[in-house]
Amino acid sequence: MLKNTGKRSDSAPSVGMVLLKMRSLIAFFGVFLVFVIIAPNFLTSSNLISMAKHSAIWAILAIGMTYVIIGGGIDLSVGSIAGLCGMLAGGLIVEGLSLPIFGIIIYFHTPMILLIILFIGVLLGAFNGLLITKLGVAPFIATLGLLYMARGFALLRSGGKTFPNLVGDPALGNTGYPILGSGTILNIPLAVWIAIIIAIIAAYASKKTPFGRHVYAVGGNEDAAKLSGIRVDRIKMFTYMFSGFTAALTGLILSSQLVASHPATGESYELTAIAAVVLGGTSLSGGRGSIGGSVIGALILGVLNDGLVMVGVSSFWQTVIKGLVVVLAVIIDQYQLRKQNEAALKQQSTVTE
Amino acid sequence: MDDKNNQAGENPPLVLDAIGIKKVYPGTIALQDVDFKVYGGKINALVGENGAGKSTLMKILAGIESLNSGRMVLIDAEGNREDVNFHSTRDAEDKGIGIVHQELNLFGDLSVAENLFMNKERTKFCNLYIDHSAQVKQAEKVLKTLGQDINPEIPVRDLRLGQQQIVEIAKTMINAPRILIMDEPTSSLSIPEVRVLFDVMKELKNNGVAIIYISHRLEEIREIGDYITILRDSRIIDSGLVKNMEMSEIIEKMVGRDPTQFFSGQAHKTGEELLKVKNITLPRYGGGFTLDRVSFNVRKGEVLGIYGLMGAGRTELLESLMGSINNAEGEIWLAEERLDKMDVKNRIEAGLVLIPEERQREGLFLNLSVDKNLTMSSIRNFTKWFHILKNRELKSVKEMINAISIRVASPDISIRALSGGNQQKVVIGKALLTNPKILLMDEPTRGIDVGAKSDVFEIVNSIAKRGFGIILVSSEIGEVCSMSDRIIVLSKGKITAEFEKSEIDEEAIRKASEIGHGIAVSA
Repeated sequence: MLKNTGKRSDSAPSVGMVLLKMRSLIAFFGVFLVFVIIAPNFLTSSNLISMAKHSAIWAILAIGMTYVIIGGGIDLSVGSIAGLCGMLAGGLIVEGLSLPIFGIIIYFHTPMILLIILFIGVLLGAFNGLLITKLGVAPFIATLGLLYMARGFALLRSGGKTFPNLVGDPALGNTGYPILGSGTILNIPLAVWIAIIIAIIAAYASKKTPFGRHVYAVGGNEDAAKLSGIRVDRIKMFTYMFSGFTAALTGLILSSQLVASHPATGESYELTAIAAVVLGGTSLSGGRGSIGGSVIGALILGVLNDGLVMVGVSSFWQTVIKGLVVVLAVIIDQYQLRKQNEAALKQQSTVTE
Repeated sequence: MDDKNNQAGENPPLVLDAIGIKKVYPGTIALQDVDFKVYGGKINALVGENGAGKSTLMKILAGIESLNSGRMVLIDAEGNREDVNFHSTRDAEDKGIGIVHQELNLFGDLSVAENLFMNKERTKFCNLYIDHSAQVKQAEKVLKTLGQDINPEIPVRDLRLGQQQIVEIAKTMINAPRILIMDEPTSSLSIPEVRVLFDVMKELKNNGVAIIYISHRLEEIREIGDYITILRDSRIIDSGLVKNMEMSEIIEKMVGRDPTQFFSGQAHKTGEELLKVKNITLPRYGGGFTLDRVSFNVRKGEVLGIYGLMGAGRTELLESLMGSINNAEGEIWLAEERLDKMDVKNRIEAGLVLIPEERQREGLFLNLSVDKNLTMSSIRNFTKWFHILKNRELKSVKEMINAISIRVASPDISIRALSGGNQQKVVIGKALLTNPKILLMDEPTRGIDVGAKSDVFEIVNSIAKRGFGIILVSSEIGEVCSMSDRIIVLSKGKITAEFEKSEIDEEAIRKASEIGHGIAVSA
């Protein structure tokens, strides 16, 4: 069959392949190392923690987005959902739920508020899912619609104003909201723990459960998925609902960190999340990618973001650099895919037909 | 070989001489030492099994693919020889070579004239303005030479399939080609449309055009072919005058073994009734019926063949049974269970499974590995709670790979790396892993090579023996006849005939398949 003449050529592609596959991780450590060298205060624990906090928020958003994208869709509404959910949470703490018919105002306990808001996030995701599966609206359009609508409702909720000082009132029993954003366990912020737990569950579900397998199938070939007995609509619905959930969670964490809800919170976060997903090697055409990759993608963006600030690069250049990194990642991704196909063909050609 | 040409005593001009053509794709050699002569004013038939290399050869001649080694020489009217090397279809067109593809490559929403002049628009004012009226005028002229009365101004979508095929030919005629390649142009045409096409071909031939004609249907080649070249396993096996070759000789050379031995069809012992289908009716968009009160049953261990022409409703019938088309009326019973209100998933669980016609579009997940493809329909069987038991999955995957001899380097290799035949086996394996009672097979041998074909037939036989019921749909009449225990014929959505194994007769089946196509049918 195809004999290799060179001595190294048999093992070289596999080593190269492993390096290629781990490129996001390598890139992360590379970027990290560069900043350790050139930015004097980079390795201080306060900086590391603030970086981890930023990355955690993007990672949470990116995890939900990864499911949607692997399933062949896109969710542009996550930033707005985060903003709206933050506003709704702030509203519930400051103003409570007013029911004019009964002439009462209900103030919920903080855990209850969190649950309500997360549920609203899931409902907003379900709205996307219904538009896409039942009404046949293209995912880009459906979620673009919700991007505007959710942002509009966020502004309407307060007439464009901020809900400040979300500390609650002990008399009403709704204190403790800021803990979500500023609390720590073992000196590590709560948000980071949440991101880690969600990442583990999501990664497990994507690789080891029939559901995860089906998400890849739907994104890879919807027609074949249908004929294979996969309930495609259900799978898609779930991915959007999960994305709505992660968006709501992000909104909660953000407003809790700021101890205030601002209606513009989370603007353009959907693009950061997509960038993180793409950086992690997930294909925007669906069917290919991983949760771990997206988490690393979020970490790279987080490190770049803080590192560039510390080195004193202007925010204008920061934007340019982030764009370059994303484009570069996709180019390398295409290269890897080609190499991978070639390697598979070569391996298969050793089998006699 | 050449002496056969001389025996005929005529001396047609050689227009193209391909010498020692070789083409290699990653992992396979598609063509090797191919010498191919094309004569002007003749129909040069090219035959061979799927995967023999016909399409690759055509693609090289038409400039779609480049060759790895070998020469192509064009000979003009004065006998001057010119070496050519095409880098694009445009190159080939400039040298007078046109190609009509098997699939239509038309823009449905554009008019006939716009289609004819696609990428060779007649323009004015330095390409700033398309001269529509000049295009229409010339399109009319070309269509007239083809003997067709088609209005160049109407959108292609509104034409019948046969007319669209003519438009496809007319497209190549714009450049007045000397060599016209036709890749299975009749595969989707009705019988009267085939007649029209043959008239057009004769007309072109009389005008001195060399036609390279690829077809699976040897009867057609007998009828209109002048020269024949037989390809097998990437090489030329024989070539010569059609009238000097016996049909059986051609088949034997194509297949590489005695054709009577080729199909391993055999009668199966059939048991009790398994599947019962009552009055399946599927309305057609814009009136009429795609399926009209179709009823039949399938027994245990029986292979029921369904034959019909393109558009008879074969695929729609299987998809209605499977539930992927869900607006069909009628009853479907599998054993004691009624399936027609269920969705695809539940029908699979009940024991029905479809092996679709277009494996890449409907059967495979090209983004996933072989093992994941195989277990996609049956993953629940390898799951505890919500956790996939990888070891158990892999064990079943390996068993299936051995059972139906899928040739793979490893189970986790990308499905893309496999040949068509092996991909098809993966689709079959995926279906078998669902533990079905009834297997619906839509053109299971389409586009795969001879070896894989006989493997597929072997699989069909062995699963029939194990008591499965099988519905086999095929447009290859020989396949249906030899594989089936019983055949029903569909025409225009209706069952027009039914044959038991002992009564199977190709001619009668063919006739039954043409009922309702506007052809006088005796008996």
